[in-house]
Amino acid sequence: MSQTFTLDGDSIPFADGQTILQAATAAGAFIPHLCYHPEFKPHGSCKLCTVKVNGRQTASCTMRATSGMTVESNTEEINAGRRSLVQMLFVEGNHFCPACEQSGNCQLQATAYYLGMMSPHFDHFFPSRALDASHPEVLLDFNRCILCSLCVRASRDVDGKNVFALSGRGIRTRLIVNAASGRLADTDFSPTDKAAEVCPVGVFLKKRRGFAVPIGERRYDKTPISGVPEEA
Amino acid sequence: MTAPTKKLKVATTSLAGCFGCHMSFLDIDERLFTLLEHIEFDRSPLTDIKTCSPDCDLGIIEGGLCNAENVHVLREFRKNCKILIAIGACAINGGLPAQRNHLPLTAILEEVYHTSPGLANGMIPNDQELPLPLDKVHPIHEVVKVDYFIPGCPPSGDAIWKVLTDLLAGREPKLGHRLMHYD
Repeated sequence: MSQTFTLDGDSIPFADGQTILQAATAAGAFIPHLCYHPEFKPHGSCKLCTVKVNGRQTASCTMRATSGMTVESNTEEINAGRRSLVQMLFVEGNHFCPACEQSGNCQLQATAYYLGMMSPHFDHFFPSRALDASHPEVLLDFNRCILCSLCVRASRDVDGKNVFALSGRGIRTRLIVNAASGRLADTDFSPTDKAAEVCPVGVFLKKRRGFAVPIGERRYDKTPISGVPEEA
Repeated sequence: MTAPTKKLKVATTSLAGCFGCHMSFLDIDERLFTLLEHIEFDRSPLTDIKTCSPDCDLGIIEGGLCNAENVHVLREFRKNCKILIAIGACAINGGLPAQRNHLPLTAILEEVYHTSPGLANGMIPNDQELPLPLDKVHPIHEVVKVDYFIPGCPPSGDAIWKVLTDLLAGREPKLGHRLMHYD
């Protein structure tokens, strides 16, 4: 661990093969991210973890650390770009926090708090997305999906079931269920699957269990996302 | 804060809102007395004044836009207030009323006034005094320029106090952890 790079002026040690985000997290430094999860191969799609490496923008979850690189992350310029990305995620879906069971535990919301997002800024799409309530144990609310693909990766790589996929391209990309009917009940999905617990927002909702922890006392209500240790 | 020589004129209204943000505003409690050394209320449910004076300094808007009258009132506020603040989830993203946005308006009116159980000889209200509903509920920043936003459902009295005192002191309003809430 004698190799280091600098992140916002601080020296960060890293091992061969570690990405910037992995090394920063291990050193206790926070870089905002949504589609990255320490247990899964990086996807590099949400771009929240964008940093400047030697002056050029790149996703820190996919960029390997190299000795002596200069990384900027917590700057007004980069955070303004991240704020715009989060605002776009909010207006592209239907994110109504006051009525959401995941409020306070939601990484999208907590990241927006961290970035000081006071308004959605853009015009809302108000897309029409049907719920999937077919499964007896779990409800899927696609209104909140941000296309991070973590459930896709978890179902494929950990559960070995391949229940979910991202379908379509560009603004028409959507999360689908891999069954002829398109319904979750017609798959071998189980509520104990890894796929059910990795969602950073509130797509996966366990039925008959709501608001067990009151609003205001949840994970990111107590501590800003920058201070909550990465789940691994 | 030292009291200014001229009090700032503040107008408030609730459009497609539930008045919860106004209730939260009153939750600043005895700090209202301090506030009243610096401001006077113009058009507001608190004064029952029906139209804005042309020289309002601050307009505080609760609720989104669900009908033609909401748009009319919002434009009156924008025209007469130097600074406009959107307060609460509904003004900022449509909130609870916007849950109807994925349903066709005709289907909603049909169900509410014609086909719900227990309705006899129901009719869709059509008095010319009633403002026409909009096809979809919209946040206010989609229609007029909004200068500041106080998120929350409702924002706490402390969050409202923070933004107002920041503005009165000439600072850019900033909500830190715990005051910043979307729920």
